[in-house]
Amino acid sequence: MSVHLILFLFFGAIALAGAINLLAQTHPINSALSLIAVMAALAGEFLLLGAEFVAAIQVIVYAGAIMVLFVFVIMLLNAGVEERTKGSRVAIMFGVPGMLLGSLLVAWAVVHSSGGEVVPVGALPGPPSTIGELLFHQFLLPFEVTSILILIAILGAVVLASKPQVVQKRKEH
Amino acid sequence: MVPLSYYLLLSGILFACGVTGFLIKRNIITIFMSIELMLNGVNLSFVAFAAHWHQLAGQVFVFFVMVVAAAESAVGLAIIIAVYRARETLNVDQVNLLKL
Amino acid sequence: MTGTLNLWLIPILPLAGAAINGFFGKKSSRRAVSTVALVFSGAAFACALLAVLRFWPESNTPYQEYLTHWIRAGSFSADFAFYLDRLSVVMVLVVTGVGFLIHIYSVGYMWDDPGYYRFFSYLNLFMFFMLTLVLANNYLLMFIGWEGVGLASYLLIGFWFTKDSAASAGKKAFIVNRIGDFGFLIGLFLLIQHFGSLNFTEVFDQVKPMGVEASAGRLTAIGILLMVGACGKSAQIPLYVWLPDAMEGPTPVSALIHAATMVTAGVYMVSRSHMIFERAPIALTVVAIIGTLTALFAATIGVTQTDIKKVLAYSTVSQLGYMFMACGVGAFSAGIFHLMTHAFFKGLLFLGAGSVIHAVGGEQDMRKMGGLKTYIPITFTVMLVATLAISGIPPLAGFWSKDEILWKAYESNPVYWVIGAITALITSFYMFRLLFMTFWGDYKGISVDDHGHAHATQGHGEHGHGEPHESPMVMLVPLVILAILSFVGGFVGIHNGFEHFLEPVFGGEFPKTITQGAGNTEWILMGISVAFAFAGLILAYILYVSKPYLPQKIADSLNGFYKAVLNKYYVDELYAAVFVKPLIDASSKVLWQGVDRKVIDDTINDAADGARHVSDEVRHMQSGNLRSYAGWIAAGAAIVIAYMTWLGVSR
Repeated sequence: MSVHLILFLFFGAIALAGAINLLAQTHPINSALSLIAVMAALAGEFLLLGAEFVAAIQVIVYAGAIMVLFVFVIMLLNAGVEERTKGSRVAIMFGVPGMLLGSLLVAWAVVHSSGGEVVPVGALPGPPSTIGELLFHQFLLPFEVTSILILIAILGAVVLASKPQVVQKRKEH
Repeated sequence: MVPLSYYLLLSGILFACGVTGFLIKRNIITIFMSIELMLNGVNLSFVAFAAHWHQLAGQVFVFFVMVVAAAESAVGLAIIIAVYRARETLNVDQVNLLKL
Repeated sequence: MTGTLNLWLIPILPLAGAAINGFFGKKSSRRAVSTVALVFSGAAFACALLAVLRFWPESNTPYQEYLTHWIRAGSFSADFAFYLDRLSVVMVLVVTGVGFLIHIYSVGYMWDDPGYYRFFSYLNLFMFFMLTLVLANNYLLMFIGWEGVGLASYLLIGFWFTKDSAASAGKKAFIVNRIGDFGFLIGLFLLIQHFGSLNFTEVFDQVKPMGVEASAGRLTAIGILLMVGACGKSAQIPLYVWLPDAMEGPTPVSALIHAATMVTAGVYMVSRSHMIFERAPIALTVVAIIGTLTALFAATIGVTQTDIKKVLAYSTVSQLGYMFMACGVGAFSAGIFHLMTHAFFKGLLFLGAGSVIHAVGGEQDMRKMGGLKTYIPITFTVMLVATLAISGIPPLAGFWSKDEILWKAYESNPVYWVIGAITALITSFYMFRLLFMTFWGDYKGISVDDHGHAHATQGHGEHGHGEPHESPMVMLVPLVILAILSFVGGFVGIHNGFEHFLEPVFGGEFPKTITQGAGNTEWILMGISVAFAFAGLILAYILYVSKPYLPQKIADSLNGFYKAVLNKYYVDELYAAVFVKPLIDASSKVLWQGVDRKVIDDTINDAADGARHVSDEVRHMQSGNLRSYAGWIAAGAAIVIAYMTWLGVSR
């Protein structure tokens, strides 16, 4: 029972709890907070795997920016509690066990086929500078494309969320 | 020493939870958050494999996934705001004007 | 012989006439139409005469003329080629000669008909097909002519097509012919199968070395099937039913097609195929039996009919039976001889009947005629000649040919002779009955006053009349010519002259012993048949002139039997019940309602409905509901993942 394993299980448990809580909560703000917990736990997992850069980005971008955006929108729209209707009960009754079943199946398949290779702590090589080199040499095109993508997203978000312009019809006098 | 399959299991369970949330939740924002959960699960499995095969490209891919997720959530939330303005509701069952 | 005989001109000239009249006749004057028709059919006759005269010196060997090739399919070939031998000479002269006379007659008879040009177009068309039939050098070209005369017959029978009965009669003729043609076709197929060709010379050269078939073999089959075709075309039992109905057509049509030429096509075809029949005695016997029975059967019906044309129609069926009887006992030349004389006197009888009908303003019922010999003496004279001829009274033509047949029949089997002689008695009886009812006694027609004319058969003359009047010269001249031919036409048969004439055709290794008559037997038989002819005359005289009350008494005493004969033994009704009605029922109930509507239409309708139902269900997928879309996506993804998992695990 190495420390690695214990830490892995610890972070994993937090992530799972957060995920399940996301499903179980009725108010969106509670779901958002659970999601933040999940992301934090995943950042921990990344660290265990030796991906420091990714872990940092996870916390800064995902938990720090995206989730904040979510919370802003929830507050802005004053989203309320979800009601239970007949349809949703049916969905939960069928959907959850179905999903469980499916995932168990996949899980079994994965475990069965992987054969127990182990990943040591901090397996990923090199400091973040190697990532930088990859980013600007091998993956230059996707990098530039994503920057354009972000630009477009900004423009789209601004246009979509702006208040509708009231177009004054010129009346003929 | 943690077997690779454990990471994959965790990733798969997170993904499954995301799908479940996507299907059973009626609040649009919660659905969005389930999508983010799915993406997170996938990120974990990317990094796990990258570690397993000692390749850095997996991490770079995670980087891009995050960028895309950011862009997508920005636009998506803007749409939600627009829809809220139009329909006054966040219940996805009531946004059904495209019904045949 | 030097040079070609240009046989192809003989059929083509009437075709040209038909085309010209058909396309341009409507706008042309009647003079123009009649000129065209007469010129082209007359030219055909002239060409035929010319060809025959040039052929005559070498007429022992057949002459063939090749026009153009037609079908070349593997080893089978059939061409547009013509064939002339002595048999064809007889046929072609009869067809063109009598045909031309009837064209002349029709100019007068059809003068007032609005469809004048159409009539001559069809008539010329008929000549074309008939000449193709008799001049063809292979069965296939003959079959074209065969079918074509059936078509022309249909067109001409239904000439007054606005009349329901005429249209139906045309249809009936064509359909019954078709049944016979089916048998003919199968026979042709068998010929192709066994001999690889339909060309006369090729087939007969292969048949020649074959021996006589003792039991039913391939030649018997071919022979019987060809006979089926002949039964249809030449109105023998059981396919004769169209001929009496065919009297709906104009009288010249009845004369040309249903007396002189088309109905004789069957006899010609059987004679042409004599080599096959001679080697298949069973088929020959079938031919003889059919011919004999038909002769007797039709004669008995003719006794009771009151329509002048119907009597002649049944008489034609009966005389055709004689011709087939002759062929059936192997006396093909006797059959052809009778064909020739029959063309003369039956054509004359029909044309004369047409003249009578014209005289009384369209009436065809003999009971309304009578005493016409004072009104229309010329017509009476020619009709008398024709009646004497058909009754077999010497020295007119009918006597020679009929007697030849009866003698050959006796040589083969005395039973044939007995039936033939009885039929001759009946023939003489009903023909003189016709003569006496029409021309003797008092005129029972509609009286001379304000009526105008009684139900004129459509399209017939509209001269206001009163008294019956003689026909115009254009109708009388052909009558007189035919009367002369009926008188002298038989003389070629004296001392078996005709048989000698046709010996190059029918002779061969089955020589019909040209007996001068085994001494006394022939004279005795001749005497008996002449006596029968006179007996018929006397009987008719008694019943219809001296004691006119007798026929009614006799009819009453034989009530049931008389009614049966009067109604033609109910054969038409039988056919209608056994063949026609089930066919129509099956067609409408099974094929139309069942197959066409239910199976075909419903299949397509159900397919369309099914598509609609499916799409009705599927469209619920587009619900506008986000979560249902998500559900579908998730389901699809799950399937793919499951499949990949299965792939991975099973490896």
